[in-house]
Amino acid sequence: MSEHKITVCVNGNDMSGHAEARLTLVDFLRDVLGLTGTHIGCEHGVCGACSVIMDDKPVRSCLMYAVQADGHDVTTVEGLEADDGTMSPLQDAFWENHALQCGYCTPGMLIAGHALLSYNLSPTDEEIRHAIGGNLCRCTGYQQIVEAVRMAAEKIRGETS
Amino acid sequence: MNEVTKPRTEFRYVSKKRRVKEDKRFVTGRGKFAADINLPGTLHVAMVSSPYACAEIKSINADEALALPGVHYVLTGEELSQHINPLLSGLDLPDVKRLPLAQGRARYAGEWVAAVVAESRHIAEDAVELVEIDYESLDYVIDPEEALKPGAPLVHPENGSNVFFNRKWVWGEVEKDFAAAPHTLAFRARWSRCSTIPIETFAVTAAWDDGKDQLDVWASIQMPKYPEQIARALRIPVNAVNVHFDIDVGGSYGLKRGIRQTVIVSYLTRKLRRPVRFIEDRLENLSGGEMHGPDRIFHMQIAFDNDGIMSSLKIKATDDCGCYPGRAPLQLGKPVSAIVGPYRIGSAEYEATSVSTNKTSQEAVRGFGQGPTNFAIETAVDKVARSLGLDRDEVRRRNLIRSDEFPWRIPSGSDYDSGDYHAVLTKVMEAAKWDAIHARRDALRKDGKLAGVGIATCLEPSGGNSSFEPLFNLKNDTTTWMESCLIKVDMLGTVTVSIGTSTAGQGHETLVSTVVGEELQRDPDTIRAIHAESLMALPSNSPVGSRMAIMLGGAASGAAKKIRDQVMAIAAHNFQLPVDRLVYEGGDVSVEGDPQKTMTWTQLVDIAHRKYHEMPLGSEPGLQASFIWEVPTGGALPAADGTVQMYPCYSFEAHIPLIAIDPDTGQVEILEYYIGHDCGTVINPDIVRGMTLGGIAHAIGAALYEKFEYDDETGQHLSGSFMDYLLPSSHEVPPITMVKHYTPSPLTPMGQKGSGESGYLGGAAAIASAVNDALAPLGKEITTLPMRVRDLEKLLNGD
Repeated sequence: MSEHKITVCVNGNDMSGHAEARLTLVDFLRDVLGLTGTHIGCEHGVCGACSVIMDDKPVRSCLMYAVQADGHDVTTVEGLEADDGTMSPLQDAFWENHALQCGYCTPGMLIAGHALLSYNLSPTDEEIRHAIGGNLCRCTGYQQIVEAVRMAAEKIRGETS
Repeated sequence: MNEVTKPRTEFRYVSKKRRVKEDKRFVTGRGKFAADINLPGTLHVAMVSSPYACAEIKSINADEALALPGVHYVLTGEELSQHINPLLSGLDLPDVKRLPLAQGRARYAGEWVAAVVAESRHIAEDAVELVEIDYESLDYVIDPEEALKPGAPLVHPENGSNVFFNRKWVWGEVEKDFAAAPHTLAFRARWSRCSTIPIETFAVTAAWDDGKDQLDVWASIQMPKYPEQIARALRIPVNAVNVHFDIDVGGSYGLKRGIRQTVIVSYLTRKLRRPVRFIEDRLENLSGGEMHGPDRIFHMQIAFDNDGIMSSLKIKATDDCGCYPGRAPLQLGKPVSAIVGPYRIGSAEYEATSVSTNKTSQEAVRGFGQGPTNFAIETAVDKVARSLGLDRDEVRRRNLIRSDEFPWRIPSGSDYDSGDYHAVLTKVMEAAKWDAIHARRDALRKDGKLAGVGIATCLEPSGGNSSFEPLFNLKNDTTTWMESCLIKVDMLGTVTVSIGTSTAGQGHETLVSTVVGEELQRDPDTIRAIHAESLMALPSNSPVGSRMAIMLGGAASGAAKKIRDQVMAIAAHNFQLPVDRLVYEGGDVSVEGDPQKTMTWTQLVDIAHRKYHEMPLGSEPGLQASFIWEVPTGGALPAADGTVQMYPCYSFEAHIPLIAIDPDTGQVEILEYYIGHDCGTVINPDIVRGMTLGGIAHAIGAALYEKFEYDDETGQHLSGSFMDYLLPSSHEVPPITMVKHYTPSPLTPMGQKGSGESGYLGGAAAIASAVNDALAPLGKEITTLPMRVRDLEKLLNGD
């Protein structure tokens, strides 16, 4: 199996590592870079637990090879906090609304919500449900997640303190 | 501690909105899950699975696999079986041996027959393809009713029968009541094989330490007596097994019972002297793992009068256990604890049969068999109403146990502790605007849709008593089902609470810190809760049976009261006053009526840790306490007729959905959903709400989408991915309105009951009720779950 040296800009930092041609992006993030915040759920692109943002779009990191990310920007859940460790409004809203239980789908949900809020700061509940429609959660029934994304949008718009 | 006391209703921290402690690490990507454990030198496992529904394993040739660079070992069932004891069964079936890897014969498609160990999971998977196994295909049986027929292929020939368990109980004058009833009806209902599959598969790492002679285990586990089961299987002392319960479990809902996987990696780490890790991929998880749930055929009979008053019930439940018994057959046992639902039904007959087939073994699922039973009972109640032309809510109202009748003993021997079922039903009907929701239904019907309103009123037996174990296995005389808590107040006055189990999203750290904070009147945010390693942990029975609010909450409460007593004793000694002259407030202790005379928490703790000369004579230094609580009302074996007090506390839920069915495609859309819920005192409102809404989402899956499908002809499992086994997404789960009612339990320190299975236990029944309401104008009905698009399309439009 051929091996490739790749460099991916992860959460704003260029990170290099060796990747077998068949290594998935999620395995690269978790096993090579040690960023275990991104989770593996199904490895066939249905559950969305492994979602990361690549060049402003949420992608399934289990359906991509690491080599395909060479030279691209990737944001994982570890990159959502501010540099000083302050949670993003979306993370804080997830906590406030208990938009999770076991926490396993949460990184993917945050990525899906973050991607939505990057282009739509006034999403309707329908739009939020659409944005997280490719991410499965088995704990919450989704409603609290919808509430959290809505609250984060309000906060970012400055409607609530 | 089991005495009945007047429930508390005023709280400082309990029942108040508080952020859930655990959530912080999850929203920042800092959870520590089993797959995040990657010790230096770890070897990785992939499983070789049988492609046959039943086959003799004639030979295994691993030469080519072992020749692949990076491959370290190929473990066969034959080798493993010589070094371990078979895994525990819930039943007395000495001839049915469950082993982590098949030995001699593989009994279902997907059963693991060998484990490949390599430097990486990739290499292990490559090597799986190179293991040559010579099989001889044997006859198999997939359908449970076929499996019961004479001459059916035997899943375990040495057992002599495909019946794992059969027993019939008659409680009360069933035949007399049926003979006297003006009406009876009978029907068949089907709850198909499905479960509450978590997003995280099972994962485990084991590392043997030769210096300490100790096995360390990190696993995504939710299972009672896990360290003991590992030790028994591996024939090592329990005190050589250290399970790291601080691993976050990525969802379980009953299912994460990976004892087979754990025994495999534990054997391998001892053999190979390297840490060994196995993380199921989704195919291993769905076909070979522990993901399959109850698979039940009900034959129901009910006796009732002209007013719809139900007098007696006969339930015949046949459950397809799959290949090995484990604890799965006991899921026929929990329903004994609420066999007549929330109704004043005076007699009941219950015949429970667990049958083996050549399918993946069934495991414990949220509700432990109560969800399917509630679906069957609620279907019966709807049928009673329909047959008499009465409203479904009215029939329920006439039959529900009244609030002034508690404790209420049901025919099978359990006392229901408390409840106000009529109040909850009224509240949820008001929330749904019962008349208006029917008007909305009728408007949809006018638009050409099939539309229906559903209703279900169900119980959640909670508190996790194990009395179904002795009921189903006369050789099992277990009556202890405790939970424990240890509290340590350090020298500087901060409080650390230690619990002896892992958590899969239930928020146990929030639970104990809130309860201990309440009892000690200390801010829960300042209290740390930790998951002790098993070697440090007090006994636990793990979060099963909707028990932790009750049992862990009760243990935490008991331990905190001991701390408070110690603090009071120190103060009393220093004030030279009796304890009843002192007042405890926020950790400080004052003389009653003389608030100037106060010793602060800091002073009292300091005395406990440093000033033995100021301590009461002979007292234990430091400030720590443990409390181990036996399940309230537990501790007794069943009587000869099978009557037994099972779960101590009974939560109640009433569901009302409005659904529409596309008459052309059979597609169901849930338009509105209301639930009324009463689990007594709520410790944390967000947690209870989350569990309930999540439980409804599971129920939507069970009712409309989820099924482990098998091909009867080939015996192959057809649901090995999430393309084939459909989970509800944010599009299928609607917004849900939840209304709360609070009837405290008299059996728990704060009046709490369980809620870990809420929503799931009545949701499927309610959706089935709505679908049948939609079908009623056509004179059609369906009593088989899941009611998938294709099933409804076929029912509506024929083949």
